[in-house]
Amino acid sequence: MEMNQPIGRTPLDDRPDGLVGRPLDRVDGPLKVTGRAPYAYEVRELADPAYGFIVPATVSAGTIRAIDADAARRAPGVILVMTHENVPEQGEKKEQVWPQLAGTQVRFRGQPVAFVVAETFEQARAAAMLVAVTYDRSKPKGLLRENLAAAYEPKPVNSPPDSALGDFDAAFAAAPVRIDAEYTTPVQIHAQMEPHATIAAWDGDRVTLHTANQMLNRGQKSLAAVLKLPPENVRLVSRYIGGGFGSKLQPLPEATLAALAARVVRRPVKVALTRQQEFSVGTHRTDTIQRIRLGADRDGRLQAIAHESWSDTAEGDGFFETSANVTRSLYAAANRVTRHRLVNLNVPLASAMRAPGEAVGQLAFECAMDELAERLKLDPIELRVRNEPAEDPEKKVPFSVRQLVPCMREGARLFGWDGRAAPGTRREGDWLVGMGMSAAARLNPLMASSAKVRLGPDGVLTVRMAMTDIGTGTYTILTQIAAEMLGLPPNRVRVELGDTDLPYASGSGGSFGAGSAGSALYVACDNLRKALIRAGDLNPDGAVFRDGAVTSGNRTESLANLAGRTGMEEAGEIKPGEMKAKFSQYSYGAHFAEVGVDAETGEIRLRRMLGVFTGGRILNAKTARSQAIGGMTFGVGAALMEEAVTDPRHSYYVNHDLAEYHVPVHADVPAIDAVFLPELDDKANPLKSKGLGELGICGAGAALANAVYNATGIRIRDYPLTLDKVLKGFEEREGQAQRRT
Amino acid sequence: MKAFTYERPASIADAARLAAERPNAKFIAGGTNLLDLMKLQVETPATLIDVNRLPLDRVEDTSEGGLRVGALVRNADLAAHPRVRKDYAVLAKALLAGASGQLRNRATTAGNLLQRTRCYYFYDTSMPCNKREPGSGCSAIGGFNRIMAVLGTSEACIATNPSDMNVALRALDATVETVDARGGSRTIPIADFHRLPGDTPQVETDLKPGEMITAVTLPKPVPGTHIYRKVRDRASYAFATVSVAAVIGADKGGRVEAARLAFGGLAHKPWRVAEAEAALVRTGSADAAADAVLAGARGYGSNDFKIPLTRRTLRAVMAQATRA
Repeated sequence: MEMNQPIGRTPLDDRPDGLVGRPLDRVDGPLKVTGRAPYAYEVRELADPAYGFIVPATVSAGTIRAIDADAARRAPGVILVMTHENVPEQGEKKEQVWPQLAGTQVRFRGQPVAFVVAETFEQARAAAMLVAVTYDRSKPKGLLRENLAAAYEPKPVNSPPDSALGDFDAAFAAAPVRIDAEYTTPVQIHAQMEPHATIAAWDGDRVTLHTANQMLNRGQKSLAAVLKLPPENVRLVSRYIGGGFGSKLQPLPEATLAALAARVVRRPVKVALTRQQEFSVGTHRTDTIQRIRLGADRDGRLQAIAHESWSDTAEGDGFFETSANVTRSLYAAANRVTRHRLVNLNVPLASAMRAPGEAVGQLAFECAMDELAERLKLDPIELRVRNEPAEDPEKKVPFSVRQLVPCMREGARLFGWDGRAAPGTRREGDWLVGMGMSAAARLNPLMASSAKVRLGPDGVLTVRMAMTDIGTGTYTILTQIAAEMLGLPPNRVRVELGDTDLPYASGSGGSFGAGSAGSALYVACDNLRKALIRAGDLNPDGAVFRDGAVTSGNRTESLANLAGRTGMEEAGEIKPGEMKAKFSQYSYGAHFAEVGVDAETGEIRLRRMLGVFTGGRILNAKTARSQAIGGMTFGVGAALMEEAVTDPRHSYYVNHDLAEYHVPVHADVPAIDAVFLPELDDKANPLKSKGLGELGICGAGAALANAVYNATGIRIRDYPLTLDKVLKGFEEREGQAQRRT
Repeated sequence: MKAFTYERPASIADAARLAAERPNAKFIAGGTNLLDLMKLQVETPATLIDVNRLPLDRVEDTSEGGLRVGALVRNADLAAHPRVRKDYAVLAKALLAGASGQLRNRATTAGNLLQRTRCYYFYDTSMPCNKREPGSGCSAIGGFNRIMAVLGTSEACIATNPSDMNVALRALDATVETVDARGGSRTIPIADFHRLPGDTPQVETDLKPGEMITAVTLPKPVPGTHIYRKVRDRASYAFATVSVAAVIGADKGGRVEAARLAFGGLAHKPWRVAEAEAALVRTGSADAAADAVLAGARGYGSNDFKIPLTRRTLRAVMAQATRA
C-alpha cells in the first residue's frame, strides 16, 4: 500500500472497544523483569566468544606518531591488538558509519585508535591500558561560539537548511512589538541504559552481528559498505534493546571493530562501550546557539518570525541539528526566515537524539513565545491561539489534523492554569512557585516497511519483520494489531522481530516505528483476511473476525481450519505516498509545569507536570503514556540539569559519567501525567496513528523554563537552568535593590 | 583494572599486619568507590584486603554517654540507628542525603571517611592530576571546576571531599580510632583526620601506611536543632555543591546560645571555623558567620557561585533553626 489516499473505514474502526488502544501489559514484560530477554551482549547463541576493548584517542586533534602495543600483546590472554597498522582493508564511510583505525589522523577525542581482543573482558580491558600511543597534537577546535566565523551552510538532511517567505526584515522592523533573543542549549548525551554492544561472528564470507541497533536494514547497508561485503552477507540481529533515543540509529565503531576482529581471530568477538566511552566513542546531541526574532502587532498577531540555529559536529561528518524546522509550521506569520549553520569542531560525532531538531528548537522558540506573551501582557495560551494558522504557513498545504488549541485548552483546565500568578509573586515558605506552559509539535513521518504473517494449522499467527523494539512496546502493539485484525486472543500471536533475515522494516526512530511497522503489519493482516475469506469461499461483505474464527452471513469457519494443514502466509508492505506532500502532518501537544525555586539557594524543583497530546489513534494506552511521560522526563533533564561540558583546552566532555552528567532521578519527577485527546488521522497511515516517541520531549523543557520565569521573574536563556544561573539573577536584583536604597 | 591479590584476613590484627607487609595494599569494605576507581585504573592496588567479615560492625554506647560506631557499620544502618536518629540527627540526615539507597546499604563508615574526590580530571587517567599522578599538574585550575573547592586550595589541587557524612562528623567533633600492625592504637580528632592539599594532594588523611580504622566515636550529644542542608543540582543522588551541618542551640526567644557549623563542598576537608560559630553566637547574624567562614575564599571560574551560595545557604539554615 502506498499512502496516496486518505484511509476510509477499516476493521480497526469497526471495533472501538477492540484490542488496539487497550492498555495491554507488555508481552515481553515477564521476560525482561526475570532477566530472560537477552540483550546483544548477553546472547549465548555464538559459542566461545573473545572479548574486545576499545582504546580511544586521548587527544582531540593531531596525528598518531607511534603505537607501542608490545606490552599489550604480551599481556595475559591477549589474542589480537588491532591498530591502523594491521587493520583489514575497509570500504568508504557510509552515512555515519566510518571505517575504523583507518589512518593516523585523529579528528576527535574518543576516536578508536586500537582494539584489543583477549580471552576475558578483564584481560582485554587491562591490556587496553597498556597500549601506548604517542601523538603529534594540534590545537583542537572545541567551542561552537569561538568558531562561528567558520560556520557554513550544511548540505540538506531530509529538508533544506534554509527557508524564507515574504520580507522578514521589513516586517520585523515595522512590528510594534519585537523580541530578539539568543538561547543556547548544551551538548546532551543519550544516556540510554544499555550501552552499545555487539557480538560478531563469521561463517565464511557472511557475518552475523548481535548488536544494539534501532534500524537494522539501514545498519546492514552501512556496515556492508565499510566491510566491503554485499548487504545480504551482513546479518544484524537485535531482539531486545535497552533504549536508544537515536544513539543506535546506526552502528557505532564497536560493531565495525567486532566484525573486523572476529574475522582475524576466527571466532566470535564481543564488545560493549563503557559508560565513559558512550560520551566520546558514542554520539551526542550537539549544542546549539539559537537566535529568535519575533515581530507582532499589539494584538499579538505575529507579522515576522526568524529562527536561526548554529550547531557543530566532527570534521567530515555533516550532521546538523534542525532546530528551526518545526518553526516553519508551528505559527502563522506572513514573513518568515529559518536558517541553519554548521561548524566543524574536534568533537565526537553528533547524531540524532530524541526529537532531533524539535527538542532543542522548541526549548528556544517556546521561551521566545513566552517572552512575547509577557511583553504583550497576554496569556501565553491566548498568544498561541491568536497565531493558529489555517494551513501550514510555509508549505501552504492543509494540516492533516491539528488539535494544538484543544490540547492547550484541555491542559489549562486540567492543570488549573487560571491559578497562575504574576511573575515573582507567589511564595510558599522557602519556595517561589510558578507555572509555565509550552506547545509541542513533532513531525509525523512514514517509512517504508514490510511484514509477513503466517497462520499455522494450530491457529497461531506468527508475525515476522526486521523491526526493532527499543523498549517502547513494539512487540506489544504489533501483537495487538495482528490479534485485532484476525480476531485472535493476544496469546495466539507470536511476534518475531530484530533480524535482517526477516522482511525489511523501518526500525525504530524519528517517531515512525509504530506507524510504519504497524501499517505494514496491518496490510499483511488485511491480505491474510482476504485470503482466508477466499479460502472459505465466504462473502467478504460483513465478514467479522472474532474468537479465532471468521463469520460471514450465517457461516462461521475457524481460522485454523481455513489455514489448512500447511498454514497460510501473506505479506504486506507500506510506502509513503502523496499524502506526505499534500498534507502537513504533525503530532501536537501542550505542556504545563509548576516549579518551586528556593528563594535563597536558587535550587529549582519540579512540583507537577502535565502533557496533553494528540497522536492519532492510540495503539496502547499504557505504552503511549510511558512514551509521553518518558519524553517529558527528558524535557525535565534538558531544562534543569543535562549538560556535557566541554573543556576547550582539550576539546572533550569533562563530566563523562552518570555521576556528573545528571539526568533526572525519581525525586526530580514527582507528579507527572500525560493525557491523550481522541483523534484519528486518516492521512497518516492505515492505522490512522501518529508518532509519540518524541512528542513528549518537544517543548517540555520550555514549559519548565517559563515556569521558572513565572516563579522568579528571572529569564534564563542558557539551558540547563542550574542554580548558579538563578543565583546570578537573585544577586543582580538584590544588588540593584541595594543601590536604590 | 589491574590484576591484584585478594586476601581475607581472619582478624583485625592479621588485616593490619597484611596491610603493613604488602606493598601497595588497600582495604576493601563496601567497595562503592574503590572498585569504580580500580576499573578506571585510577587506583591500582597490588593487594586488596577484604575486611568485610571482621567484627567491626557494631554500634555501642560509650561510658561517656557517646556512641562508638564500628568501621564496618553500613551507612544505611547508621542512619537508621535509634540513638543516631535521636541524639545525632545531623549525622542521620547527612547520611541519608548521600548517594542512593543501594549504595548506602553497601557503603561503610570507614569507607565513607576515606572516599576520594569526585574531581572530573582525577577520574580521567588521560588528564594531568597531581592527586593521581603527583607533579603532573592540576587540570581543574583553568578547566571546568563547578564542583571544586573555594577554600583551603593550593596551586597543586582544588579538589573537594565529596562526603556528606564527614561534614556531620566534623560538626559533632567525632574521633577516628585506628590500629596498626604492631598492635598500637590511637584516636585522631576528625579535625585532624582529613588534610588540605598543600603540595601533596595525594596524601588525603593523617593515616600512616598500614594503619586501619576500627571505629568512629561520637562524644556526648550536643543539644540544639540539628540541620543538614545540602544544596545540589538534582533532588537526589548528586554530590553537594555546598552543604551545611549545623547544631544550633537557641533560647526561648530564639537567641543563638551555641552553634556548630561545618561545611561540605567547599574544601579538601569538611570546613569548620571557630570564629564563625563565635560570631553567630555573638551577633546572631548568619552573614557575620558567613564572613568568617568565607575569609580567604576564592573561586576558579565555574565554581565562583559557591561563595555567594555558601552565604545564602547559611541564611537558609539559620532561618530554619530559628523557626524550629
